[in-house]
Amino acid sequence: MADFNHELLCVLSGFGGQGLLFAGKIMANCGLIDGRQVSWMPSYGPEMRGGTANCSVSLSDDAIGTPFITKPTALIAMNQPSVEKFAASVQRGGAIVIDTTLAMNGAEGVELADGVTVAAFKATEIAEENGLKGLANIICLGKLWALTNFADRETVDAAIAKCVPPKRQHLLEPNLRAFQLGVDA
Amino acid sequence: MAQKTNAQERVLMKGNEVLAEAAMRAGCRFFFGYPITPQTELAAYMAKRLPLIGGTFLQAESEVAAINMVYGAAAAGARVMTSSSSPGVSLKSEGVSYMAGADLPGVIVNVQRGGPGLGGIQPSQSDYFQATRALGHGDYFMPVLAPSTVQEMADLIYDAFDLADEYRTPAMILADGMIGQMMEPVQLPEERDPSTLPAKPWATSGTHMERKHNVVNSLYLSPEKLEETNRARFERYEQIKEKHQRAELMMCDDAEIVVVAFGAASRIARTAVRDARAAGIKAGLLRPITLWPYPTKAIDELCEGSARAFLSVELNMGQMVDDVRLAVSGRASVDFYGRTGGVLPTPEEVFAAIQKVAAGLEPEAAAAGGVAGGVLPHPIDRKSTYERGE
Repeated sequence: MADFNHELLCVLSGFGGQGLLFAGKIMANCGLIDGRQVSWMPSYGPEMRGGTANCSVSLSDDAIGTPFITKPTALIAMNQPSVEKFAASVQRGGAIVIDTTLAMNGAEGVELADGVTVAAFKATEIAEENGLKGLANIICLGKLWALTNFADRETVDAAIAKCVPPKRQHLLEPNLRAFQLGVDA
Repeated sequence: MAQKTNAQERVLMKGNEVLAEAAMRAGCRFFFGYPITPQTELAAYMAKRLPLIGGTFLQAESEVAAINMVYGAAAAGARVMTSSSSPGVSLKSEGVSYMAGADLPGVIVNVQRGGPGLGGIQPSQSDYFQATRALGHGDYFMPVLAPSTVQEMADLIYDAFDLADEYRTPAMILADGMIGQMMEPVQLPEERDPSTLPAKPWATSGTHMERKHNVVNSLYLSPEKLEETNRARFERYEQIKEKHQRAELMMCDDAEIVVVAFGAASRIARTAVRDARAAGIKAGLLRPITLWPYPTKAIDELCEGSARAFLSVELNMGQMVDDVRLAVSGRASVDFYGRTGGVLPTPEEVFAAIQKVAAGLEPEAAAAGGVAGGVLPHPIDRKSTYERGE
């Protein structure tokens, strides 16, 4: 049974370029800021160049075993192959965020564990409507935070600020806005 | 980011980058290498940083050239390292043997990928034999340290430089694509000023007209002289074996089944051992940190205690299991479970392997199996293990 307060085991998956590794880094930095155990494990094979790029992020109060997550408690899926690959493995009581702009079928036809919450919404479309092209990843992260509360909001904001490179500070506000759009979606 | 942080602060970094940062903090000022996945971030980090602290980064024309540059810098007394991944490490093997023969300290990093040949680029432990037995021709060993966390990437490369200098030997960090690519919080070690490191009076750093020439060489045409040199080196090896065996024990106090795993495999095994405990199986984890010298003392203690069975879990077809068998010497059963080619076993697979060993330890089975005559009650059946793994 998923217990997000004690341990978040999150898989973030989509096409290369959608920014899921970056979204994972924000999540990992939340754990760093809160002094928790953290691991961030990317896929680094040919999938990084256009297939399904994914990363596993673990935030825990205990030492983390394998950083490759096979039974996630949370999932962000930004394309259909990612839904097909990971949705069924999400643990009982877990949370799934699906960007249905690209994963149009959502979790349809997937046998989910009991009590899994699915938030399926058009994140990429929302991003474009709000002039936040390329920030659908952060919108999805906001939605996942609303479902799991994986860290305090102040921590999340600090983590976003930390992950936006110093030379690109003009991107901080759009990232924070995208996160809030996800929370409200 | 990293160079501005003090030693106490936790930062989130990739394993490969931590190897580079910690090496510089240990006083390494020379890096010679050639890019290869999955270790390239290490060389990239060095390329960016090393020149800023007065060091030299050089991307050589090949791995062979790189290791010979390491030889040269080491002979001149520098703290120097190179890094690569499996196929590239093979190319360096001749140079490493020359370093061993010339008693030259230096650190070689192998961020392993699947093999043989070009193999693949996913995490593997297929170079265990190469690292612990024969990275190059000749009669020699070298310390091999196996990090299992990003923090250990920092700690162990720091230690590797000290071991290399103290015993005048090449030393290896045997990592893998998983630990190299992942990010975890890390507390970086203290900065060390290279000028404060112990002197190397044997180095070819210039006589300044004050002493005789030093000679650094691995050629001894007199067999008696070569034997004498090798024997002296093996005396140092004995000291290393005595003083520097390292292993971590988890839940081993009353463990009947001891899973033995290092590096990436130990992370997976850690999860599986916890699951086994939750299922009422008395399992524990022995994680070798030094692969050479192998932590035989830890295995001795476990054999004298509650251990009745060992299960070696590796990302290969069964290599370290030979060292487990040698150390156990028939005092308990030894089994193996592994995946190869860059495939990582799931914790569930390893848990199933533990369960299988546990089933073989039922009271009557243990009594019937015994260890009489030194015969292992559970001979290693790699074939059947692999069929189960698929």
